[in-house]
Amino acid sequence: MIKGNSWTLKLSAGFGFLFLYAPIIALIVYSFNKSQLVTVWGGWSLKWYGELFQNEQIMNAAWVSLKIALISATLAAVLGTIAGFVLSRMRKFRGKTILSGWVTAPLVMPEVITGLSLLLLFVALENMFGWPAGRGTMTIVIAHTTFCLAYVAVVVQSRLASLDETLEEAAMDLGAKPTSLFFLITLPLIAPAILSGWLLSFTLSLDDLVIASFVSGPGNSTLPMVIFSKVRLGVTPEINALATLMILAVSIAVIAAIVIMRRQNRFQGP
Amino acid sequence: MMTTSAPSDSSRPSLFQRFKSRRLGRWLVIMVPMLWLAAFFFIPFLVVFKISLSEAMIAIPPYSPLFEWDPDSAFATLKVTFGNYLFLFESRFYLDAYLSSLRIAAISTFFTLIIGFPIAYLIARSGPTMRTVLLSLVILPFWTSFLLRVYAWMALLKKNGLVNEVLMSIGLIDQPLQILQTDFAVYLGIVYTYLPFMILPLYTTLEKMDLSLIEAAQDLGAKPWRAFCLVTLPLAKPGIIAGCMLVFIPAVGEYVIPALLGGSDTLMIGRVLWDEFFLNRDWPLASAVAIVMLIVLVGPIMFMRNGNKEGL
Repeated sequence: MIKGNSWTLKLSAGFGFLFLYAPIIALIVYSFNKSQLVTVWGGWSLKWYGELFQNEQIMNAAWVSLKIALISATLAAVLGTIAGFVLSRMRKFRGKTILSGWVTAPLVMPEVITGLSLLLLFVALENMFGWPAGRGTMTIVIAHTTFCLAYVAVVVQSRLASLDETLEEAAMDLGAKPTSLFFLITLPLIAPAILSGWLLSFTLSLDDLVIASFVSGPGNSTLPMVIFSKVRLGVTPEINALATLMILAVSIAVIAAIVIMRRQNRFQGP
Repeated sequence: MMTTSAPSDSSRPSLFQRFKSRRLGRWLVIMVPMLWLAAFFFIPFLVVFKISLSEAMIAIPPYSPLFEWDPDSAFATLKVTFGNYLFLFESRFYLDAYLSSLRIAAISTFFTLIIGFPIAYLIARSGPTMRTVLLSLVILPFWTSFLLRVYAWMALLKKNGLVNEVLMSIGLIDQPLQILQTDFAVYLGIVYTYLPFMILPLYTTLEKMDLSLIEAAQDLGAKPWRAFCLVTLPLAKPGIIAGCMLVFIPAVGEYVIPALLGGSDTLMIGRVLWDEFFLNRDWPLASAVAIVMLIVLVGPIMFMRNGNKEGL
């Protein structure tokens, strides 16, 4: 088990990878199934992809979800970067422990609790101040920004922790003001982390069902909400096609990101 | 992990001393994430707590106000009821739901660890290229939709799904098994979807491990298995704790997996909360369920944060 990578280790890890990928591969294969009955193979066909793009409900929800994901990922990237920077670069200040707790807790907080608490907050605010008037895109954006912010903060924080501070100190010694120091030195150095935080937020927002179900209003169904309501009734071939497209898009993005990161690392040295 | 040593040269003011001179700007920067998280993460819990103390009623919003203003006497009376909490503790149903969630989450976490450890170990011990490839293979499912990955299992586990077809074709069973809508399917779903959360922290600690320690143990005559138990496992402890908490805590409150893969008798507290809120529209009771769940989870969350401080 210890010396070399013994066959037991390789075998058990191999099973693990098979476990990770078999369901996804089965899903992709069945999305090309001609038959209406999802499990009976009726030959290859692109029929369900055609039906998918004609399904107005799914297309509308996809548009709503994309919009929300773009806005929340961007907001989360800005706020999360600030939070990560404050936590790793600022001298101890009152409330630092609280802030670091508030940043890590949303990562593990069960979604039902986050969703319920935000909804009750929005309802209470509406009763007291008349804002936000009703629930919809904006309340979902606020909710998604809040939990995505935590992911960005953690990624940025770990990047900052691994960065050599001498560059920043040198800039300070040469008379850079804190703002120009941040924008000219720190920001470019942590840009890859912010980008990956943004991408992570984007996919998390696009994927969230539970929180969005709590804080969305009528007529603001996101894509996961539509998928969930369809899937609850059973397996549908259109959703197989949709899943395949989403998995394909994510795979291309992730592989591209890894290739870019590797190139950059090679360029910057170890 | 967040502390940074000030430069030793005292003639040169440190980064932080210079920041200090710009107090106002500094506080503004700190306040931005602080205020956002206070408003949308912390205060919501207070609102949930407040509503858990009120009574459900048919109104918009469907709960009684905590303060009642009496215009005649100009007195505000505080109306607090612990009825929701009493109801939670008196009824067997909720207690069972909490216990069963904890049990399901604990068992799934254990199996996630068993399956995740060899993968993390193999990745940590691979060459650089292989390492990137394997790591990407772990990260890729992590980025694909959670909902769709749960859905993928629905198609596999159905009565006439792939798993049953394969088992029947190799002659292991004569009749399709009822796998979907059982507790087993819920375990499977949790292990499957949370596996990357276990592998990544495990990999981080295993990667940093000094292999010469294991060699030393073996040179001193420890059998591989013994060396693994006495050297590798203790060194991997921070990663094990972090991974287990990252799986266990969200799994306790899981809703999607029991809703799609579980049966009607699969009791999980996240699902109970959801039904209480969306089906029964009992907001105060749902709030009380959430508060008790938070109290149950505070211990593990603290444990995780302390573990992080020590280990990562």
